[in-house]
Amino acid sequence: MEQLKFCIEKSERIQKLIDALYEKMPEIESARGMLVTESYKATEALPIILRRSAAFAHILRHIPIVIRDNELIVGSATIAPRGCQVFPEYSFEWLEAEFDTVATRAADPFYIADKTKGELHEAYKYWKGKTNSDLAQSNMAPEAFAAFTKHNIFTPGNYFYNGIGHVCVQYDKVLAKGYRGIIAEAEAAQAKLDVSDGDYVQRNNFLEAVIESCEAVIEYAHRYAELALDMAKKEKNPARQAELAKIARNCARVPEYPARDFHEACQSFWFVQLLLQVESSGHSISPGRFDKYMYPYYKKDKDAGKLTLEQAQELLDCIWVKLNDINKVRDAASADGFAGYGMFQNLIVGGQDEHGIDSTNDLSYMCLEAAMHVPLPQPSISIRVHNGTPDDLMLKAGALTRLGTGLPAYYNDEVIIPSIMSRGLTLEDARDYCIIGCVEPQKPGKTDGWHDAAFFNMCRPLELVFSNGVDKGVQIGPQTGDVTKMTSFDEFYNAYKTQQSYFIKLLVNANNAIDAAHATRCPLPFQSCMVDDCIARGKSLQEGGAIYNFTGPQGFGIANNTDGLLAIKQLVFAEKKVTMAEFKAALEANYGYGLTGAAAERVTAEIVTELAKQGIETTADVIRTVYTEVTTAASLDPQRKARFQEIKRLIDETCPKYGNDIYEADMFARDVANTYTKEVEKYSNFRGGKFQAGLYPVSANVPLGGQTGATPDGRLAFTPVADGIGPASGRDVKGPTATANSVAKLEQDVASNGTLLNQKFHPSALQGMSGLTKFTSLIRSYFDQKGMHMQFNVVTRETLLDAQKNPEKYKTLVVRVAGYSALFTTLSKSLQDDIINRTQQGW
Amino acid sequence: MGKTGRIFNIQRFSIHDGPGIRTIVFFKGCYMRCAWCCNPESQRFEIETMVENGNDKVVGRDVTVEEIMPEILADKPFYRRSGGGVTLSGGEILCQPEFAAELLKACKAAGLHTAVESTAIASFDKIEMILPYLDLYLMDVKHMDSEKHKEYTGQPNERILENAKKIAKSGVELIIRTPVVPTFNDTAEDIRAISKFAASLEGVKEYHLLPYHRLGQDKYAGLDRNYALKEIEPPTREKMEFLLSVAEESGLKCQIGG
Repeated sequence: MEQLKFCIEKSERIQKLIDALYEKMPEIESARGMLVTESYKATEALPIILRRSAAFAHILRHIPIVIRDNELIVGSATIAPRGCQVFPEYSFEWLEAEFDTVATRAADPFYIADKTKGELHEAYKYWKGKTNSDLAQSNMAPEAFAAFTKHNIFTPGNYFYNGIGHVCVQYDKVLAKGYRGIIAEAEAAQAKLDVSDGDYVQRNNFLEAVIESCEAVIEYAHRYAELALDMAKKEKNPARQAELAKIARNCARVPEYPARDFHEACQSFWFVQLLLQVESSGHSISPGRFDKYMYPYYKKDKDAGKLTLEQAQELLDCIWVKLNDINKVRDAASADGFAGYGMFQNLIVGGQDEHGIDSTNDLSYMCLEAAMHVPLPQPSISIRVHNGTPDDLMLKAGALTRLGTGLPAYYNDEVIIPSIMSRGLTLEDARDYCIIGCVEPQKPGKTDGWHDAAFFNMCRPLELVFSNGVDKGVQIGPQTGDVTKMTSFDEFYNAYKTQQSYFIKLLVNANNAIDAAHATRCPLPFQSCMVDDCIARGKSLQEGGAIYNFTGPQGFGIANNTDGLLAIKQLVFAEKKVTMAEFKAALEANYGYGLTGAAAERVTAEIVTELAKQGIETTADVIRTVYTEVTTAASLDPQRKARFQEIKRLIDETCPKYGNDIYEADMFARDVANTYTKEVEKYSNFRGGKFQAGLYPVSANVPLGGQTGATPDGRLAFTPVADGIGPASGRDVKGPTATANSVAKLEQDVASNGTLLNQKFHPSALQGMSGLTKFTSLIRSYFDQKGMHMQFNVVTRETLLDAQKNPEKYKTLVVRVAGYSALFTTLSKSLQDDIINRTQQGW
Repeated sequence: MGKTGRIFNIQRFSIHDGPGIRTIVFFKGCYMRCAWCCNPESQRFEIETMVENGNDKVVGRDVTVEEIMPEILADKPFYRRSGGGVTLSGGEILCQPEFAAELLKACKAAGLHTAVESTAIASFDKIEMILPYLDLYLMDVKHMDSEKHKEYTGQPNERILENAKKIAKSGVELIIRTPVVPTFNDTAEDIRAISKFAASLEGVKEYHLLPYHRLGQDKYAGLDRNYALKEIEPPTREKMEFLLSVAEESGLKCQIGG
């Protein structure tokens, strides 16, 4: 029997670190919020770029620091494990409004002390009207703002409220040169400037900000060196004392200077990773090709006999734990969309180097091993697969998949490389891609990809065809005509495209408005000094300093729209079994079915509020009556009700569904996907780059589905929309190979901002080496047919049901939600249900 | 072309019935009535109705080879990567030997790896019809004692054992498999006898033990039939490991599961 490579024993230290990290609910701390406010108050006379570096330096000089028990790699943003800092310069109102509920909300709760609330209340007074989101809002066209905030057609909320993140910086440069080297680079760039240059002031200020930021980082590391030394002096255990002494030496050396050994390289990496997430609240700060840039340091020590496999593995495992120590509080709605305390720090192994040669090395395997030792959501580990990927690496990845943490995600070089080349990357840069956040490819160290620019719910424009562009009584979309008078399917389909294209235009406006706000209010000198060509151009990423600039909003709902459009084509226009008027009425009446769960409660509350407004006394009886009506649709005329239910039955049972390897249905899905991707790519962004579409919802298909009425595919109102580019929930009945064949029919390479296919397996499908071999050949076969990405949930339904009932038993149960893995018990009930209900594939 | 056969399911992404990722075509109709059968809807040749999740479902349809080949070929990319192919199962495929032969011939012509799951309980001339188009014969031997065999399956085993020898001689790869059913054939003696027989067959290299499971139990109620083995628990992991060690005495390469 073949053996898996690099099975290395997990050291006792690692479990202790994990246990300590998950002892308590994560906590919000006030230090950063107070320090940034102090600094901003003191620097009002400075240009923004220097205010940013001054604030960053002020924070790093004064933020409390801590070395946790048993740590070998140090540096924490908060005193409390898994805590989070706040970033009022981006936005703050939502958090202030949630001070009293954030600890008890369903998704991603955080503890917040009364003292912290008081301190933040005080700090927030300064920020009214001055935040990034205030400016973004005033930059935005009113109709775009309304489509986003009032009508839920799309949401660019992530970058509206937070930093951008979504970048992979030049970790290799910091490891090799240290920040001293980067300061020298900035000084050399300054020396080249001529005081008479038109943009001298702007460039010089930027370079000054870079230097100030790098100096601050060096100083911050030195604070850790002193702390470690101090702790070492007091430490009684000689083994720990020696560790602390080494930590002190590491922090005195890196990231200021080049790393000399693997431990220093790990520590240096960690400071970069941590401090990017102190400078800005943007998530998806992705380590990228970690196995590639760390390998020289590993190999040197290994060859010299200075490092054993076990020691190297322990250091990797320590980094894995640390990646879970960073946290972020989001507003309640976003927490639903990004549920599971996700930080989306994507780390990818394997693939090709710039020259097209397979770059798999020991660390590729050991990173997968680390993910087995530390079965936590971070990092989002990914694997690049190409025709030359060793089978051994695939099997190792399969063994990780089998654990059921939803990791790793598999990416296909053979599709992604030409796809991003079509967006203007050179061949060498394209071969060196990494993955950002959930599923988004970019060339590390050269790109500002704005990858997660917005969620676009493709089901909403289709809804608007039925209402002739009216939503909530307001004409928000184009008037595409009375739907009941349409005489052909093409007319209907064109109306959908007209609605959708209009809202894509508004989406572009919203994105560019936010983009401009970041350049004006939150340029990031520290992040920018590690992405080319910011230093040479003398401007930040946010101002367009990167070589490659993109904006990538992601659409979702392809499966629902495909099935729905096919149903209309068949039932209304081909078979004429249902009139369009009946179809419209059936949708409005939710196919004659009542609402359930949270949607029923929400709609009841809306109706009761409306009644109260009209002066009707809302007694308990009234509320009960409304609720009964909402959940049973009892007052609907029985004949009409039966007819609507019959229409749903016709859709469910007689119409073709995407995802079952039906050629016509799948090719139509391809066309539907292209209505989004090929429209988005027509537009340009604020930084001089292009828009490129993604096709994935993260987990927003659940909350945004919660705002979407019944759809013509038979989906009931307010239930989740289809996940990723996969079939609608429960509609795929032919198994994973048929699904893979169907999904591969989409023109995935046009969605160069990433696509996402979730599949769910029972663990027994991956049993033994033979199971793993078959499993990995399933992935390779999907990739042979031009699939771009694939990820798996391997966990039994029973386990998930039990975890719902007994969350305390499953504190660290990780499942793949969308482009990332999350702690199951922290997800909202509806998202948990969705995961449980996804078709269980296997046999 | 054009000969019809009666099948009740085509299952894609099957990973326990031969090498690689496979598509299984389930034939309807069987000579035997094994008490533990997990596909009771396969036993009768007649098209029938089974209640599944509260809904009536028609089991069985007549198809031509031409009709079903597209679905079998749809997973060719997966067969190629995994070394998989098509497996005919049942029921007993030898109840419809002409159709089985024609289907296997078409699969071979399309370059697919072919396998059957069968007890070989038919006159050998029927088996000879399929052998030219077959790469792998997965053959059940359930018990060496003919009387006990008949008691639990409705058929004696002499012809099965005799055919096994002939198939082995034909040169087609043959793997012997035993569903391990507590109270029927789960003693060391039972398994030792079968594995010894398997080892005596020319060219046979592998022997598989398939643990009994109850996943088909609900179907009996759906067919309004009685499930005779209600009281029987599936064998434990330890028990299977023990029987595996017994089987390995035969010198064959043995495994638990298909």
